[in-house]
This record gives sequence, C-alpha cells and structure tokens, in this order.
Amino acid sequence: MSEPTLVDQLKQKFGAAITGANLENVDPWIEVAPESIVAVCKYLRDEPSLAFDYCNSVTAVDYVHTDEKKAAKSEWQPHLEVVYHLFSMQHKHSLVLKVMLSRWKNDEAGELPEIDSVAHVWRTADWHERECYDLFGIHFIGHPNLRRILCPEDWVGHPLRKDYEMPLEYHGIRGR
Amino acid sequence: MSTVDDPRTIEFDVRTDEMLVNMGPQHPSTHGVLRLVLRTDGEIVSEVTPHLGYLHRCAEKIGENLTPRQFIPYTDRMDYLAGMNMNLGWALAIEKLMKYEPPEKGRHLRVIISEMGRIASHLVGMGAYGLDLGTFSPFLYAFRERERILDLFEEVCGARLTYSYITVGGATADLPPGWLEKCEAFLTQLEPIIVEYHTLLTTNSIFIKRTAGIGVMSAATAIDYGTSGPVLRGSGVDHDLRRDGEEIYTAMYDGYAFEVIVEKNGHYPKDHQYPAVPMEAILGDCWHRFYVRMLEVMQSIDLVRQGIDRYSRASGNYGEPMKLNQKLPKGEVYLETEAPRGQMGFYIVSNGEAIPWRARARSSSFCNLSVTSELCRDCLIADVPAIVGSLDIVMGEIDR
Repeated sequence: MSEPTLVDQLKQKFGAAITGANLENVDPWIEVAPESIVAVCKYLRDEPSLAFDYCNSVTAVDYVHTDEKKAAKSEWQPHLEVVYHLFSMQHKHSLVLKVMLSRWKNDEAGELPEIDSVAHVWRTADWHERECYDLFGIHFIGHPNLRRILCPEDWVGHPLRKDYEMPLEYHGIRGR
Repeated sequence: MSTVDDPRTIEFDVRTDEMLVNMGPQHPSTHGVLRLVLRTDGEIVSEVTPHLGYLHRCAEKIGENLTPRQFIPYTDRMDYLAGMNMNLGWALAIEKLMKYEPPEKGRHLRVIISEMGRIASHLVGMGAYGLDLGTFSPFLYAFRERERILDLFEEVCGARLTYSYITVGGATADLPPGWLEKCEAFLTQLEPIIVEYHTLLTTNSIFIKRTAGIGVMSAATAIDYGTSGPVLRGSGVDHDLRRDGEEIYTAMYDGYAFEVIVEKNGHYPKDHQYPAVPMEAILGDCWHRFYVRMLEVMQSIDLVRQGIDRYSRASGNYGEPMKLNQKLPKGEVYLETEAPRGQMGFYIVSNGEAIPWRARARSSSFCNLSVTSELCRDCLIADVPAIVGSLDIVMGEIDR
C-alpha cells in the first residue's frame, strides 16, 4: 500500500469527504470530513486490499493558544483534531486518519463538538472514545456508553484542553 | 414430622435474585486499584463493569509541559513493573521524530536491558497469577528471581523500580564493568528454574482446572478489541512488534534469531523442551495466555544472551543522550513498541519547540482490560480473578 495511491483511491470512492492529506510528515495522514468518518472507516476495514482490522488508538489534539501574543502569530485557527491510528494484521501496514472539528459546537463555548462514533467498527474505539470525551470534551454520537472513564463522573471540565484550568477544590481536596 | 420427603420439593419454591457485587478497588486480585461491579445471579456473573481512573495523574498533560528527557521519569511510572520498556518506547518515539539512529552498541544495550525487563515483568505476572488462583509459593519464587534482576538494574542505574535509564539518544550510562558476566551467570541460574515453575503451575492439575477452557477469546475478538502482547498471541494471532513493528524498532533486533511465541497447528515454537498443552486447554483461554508469557521468558533469556554476545563485540559508544532543552523538529509521530504487556504506543505532536504540543500514551493494558466484560459474561464468580489475572494488567499504565 502506498499513501498517494490510497488517497486517490479514497478520493475516487468518497469524493469531497476526503478533505486533504499530508504525505510529507514522518507518518503521513489523510483528512476526512466529520460526517463521513464512519463510512470511510468501514471501507478501510472491509476492503480486502486494505483490511485495517486493528485500531491502535483514537485520540485528539487541541489547537488553541492561551497566550494572546502567540495566538496573533499562529499559523492555524483554533480547532480540535481527532486522530485515528489504524493497522492491518493481515498486510502489516498502518494508516493515520484525521478529522478536524471546531472547538465548540456552533462556536458556543460549553457546547461539545460532535462526531459519529466508530465504536461499532472497532471495539477498541469504545474506551478510547470515552477517554476522548472525558479529557477533550468531544461528543461521539452513537457511542454505546459515553461516560467519563479516567476522571470521576462529577468532574468539571476536560483536562487535556489547552485552556483548561485546574479546579481550586474538589470535595474538600485542595487543587492548586 | 417433616413434610418434605423429596428434596426437589424444597427447590421448587426457591427463586434466585440478581445481585450487584462490588469487587475492589482494594481487592487483592484486581492488581492495583481496579473496581469491578459484577451483576450476579447466584454464582453466575452476567455482566462485569470495570471502573478505572483511581491512579489517573493525567501524564499526557504533564508531557505537554516538559521536555522529552524530563518526561522519562513519568514513563517509568506508567507500567511500573517494566519501567525500562516504557523508557524505551518513549525514547524511540522521540528518536523517530528527530530521525536519530542510536549507535550499534547502544542498540544491543537496549536489547539486553529491555529483554531483562521483560523477564522481570513476566515473573511478577506469573507469581501474581498464582496468588490470584490461591497458591502462594510461586509468588515467592518469582520474586526471588526478580530481586536478582533488580539488583542488576540497580548496579546499572541506581534504581530498582523507576529506572529512567534508557533515554532519548541512548542511555544515561554505559553498562558497568563486569556486569555482563553477572548477567550471564544469572541467566544460567534462571534457565533450569523455569522448568520448576512449569511444574508448580503450568502442569499443575489444579492450575489447569482453574485456567484451561476459562475466558476463551477468539482471534477475531482479540483483534477487534485491540488487545496486544501475550493476550493477543494467546489467542493464536501471529503478531509481535519485534518482528512486525516499524523499522526504527525492528532495527534494534536486526540479526537476532527469535521466533514469535504463538501456537501453530497445536504446537508452540521449539515446544519439545516444554510441557505439552493439556487436553482441556482451548486456544485463547487463560492457560494459553499464561503459557505464552512463560515461553516468552525463555525467549527473552535467549535474546539477552545474543545481546550480550553482540554488545561485547561492538565497538564505539553506547549513544549520546540528547540535550535537556533541545528543540524538536516540527511534525508528528506515532510509534508502538512491544512492551511486556503489549503494544505501548506514544503519539507526539511537535510544533518546533523544545516541549511537545501533545504527548499521548496508548496503553496496552487499557485495551487488554476493555475485553474483560466480554470474557466474563456468564462465567462463575471464582473465574473472574482467573480471567482478570490472565490479562496481567498494571493499573499505573491503564490510568496514566
């Protein structure tokens, strides 16, 4: 499998749903539109020549500068990236998928951004998406059990967001 | 005079109720602080819900505030039974980003150290599994041997648990003079002892009764849940990153002779030296997961010996640790390595500064544990510790 041909193959199949790719990076990645992620994942899993049957990890990266000076010079607009690392047991090749999301749904602070869950494509994604929900505040639509997994259920906020502020107090335990 | 002549008349009226049983977080067989909520009907478990996070320190957030070398001690505290292998995973991921290649001597040093770490970790896995099933002695024997590995590690880096020895660029120091001989002597002593462990557990009929045919996981389930390491290979999936991983990792084992420990047509590699698979065992059950771990100890002994041979013949330096505040190149990498408990992955996003923008740790035990509710469906309560123990989890790595 070579990445450029795979990008062409996916573009032919899904058209505008493949929004971009970076083939220069050490691990090349392909960008997918949020609404098509499940269809693309199912295709990658079921197409015999690709057979991505193993999901290594589902995670996210928050892009926002808390420092105004840095924000003014920044090359990117604030956004969230959901990153999928896939692997094929049969062909022993791997792939990185990315989905760009806005940090808040409709840019209203506090409204969690949404994306379809791939937990029914790979069961690994079940707990990994729960972790993403817990630490990044991404709502995975169609997830069988979207609860916090690492933080306590009554925890406020999503710690891996760059603008997260540590609480001063939690059940009588001093924070900072 | 009793009105009941036939015992069945009594049972006629008995109804069973569903009950929620809480197991942990301080239960000894949960290997740390894991809480399982069991939905039971009599002795039968219908559902298991794991609750985690008791050891959560948000190591990933800490990683976003420290330079790669400063983060090394935090990787020790992920899988604290295999600190060396955690150091290695992180170091290799950063090296992949920096496109750095360690010198030959450093490569062999890493093989020796990480395989010794694997032996130590599997010994605890074996001993603790015996404890889970109610036998105490294997634990003592396992710790006796592990102590000697810790002594060797202490001589190398001064620490017995949180080593921070393997670091980005190589290692913090070379192996001390005379260390290789001590290591060799230890291996010679360990090898025959493994046979005793097989007598204590692997071929023990109580042990077989408790583990064979319990918690059977098919290869498809194992792949679907993203399990890795001995848990995956115990289900018969032929996959080991030391052979199938990315080049930067497999290059470490270049030229080393080893076979992936996995069952093929009812046999394990070179299995004439080992006890036969019992009739009751089904591929993918607790017994097979345990057995794969035991065979991997033998394999690691072999790999360390090859490493010692190569290391003593290699010339030059063991590597140069990167500067503490060296700037990282822009880009992002993901790298998985074969830690004792499975595939430990690190995902690093760098924006060109000395501190990574994002440091993600993909934990192998995290995925291995997620399969618990699937394996424990409709099993007996007494089998829950046997199944959870066979996954050989470490909570420090799951909760990060």
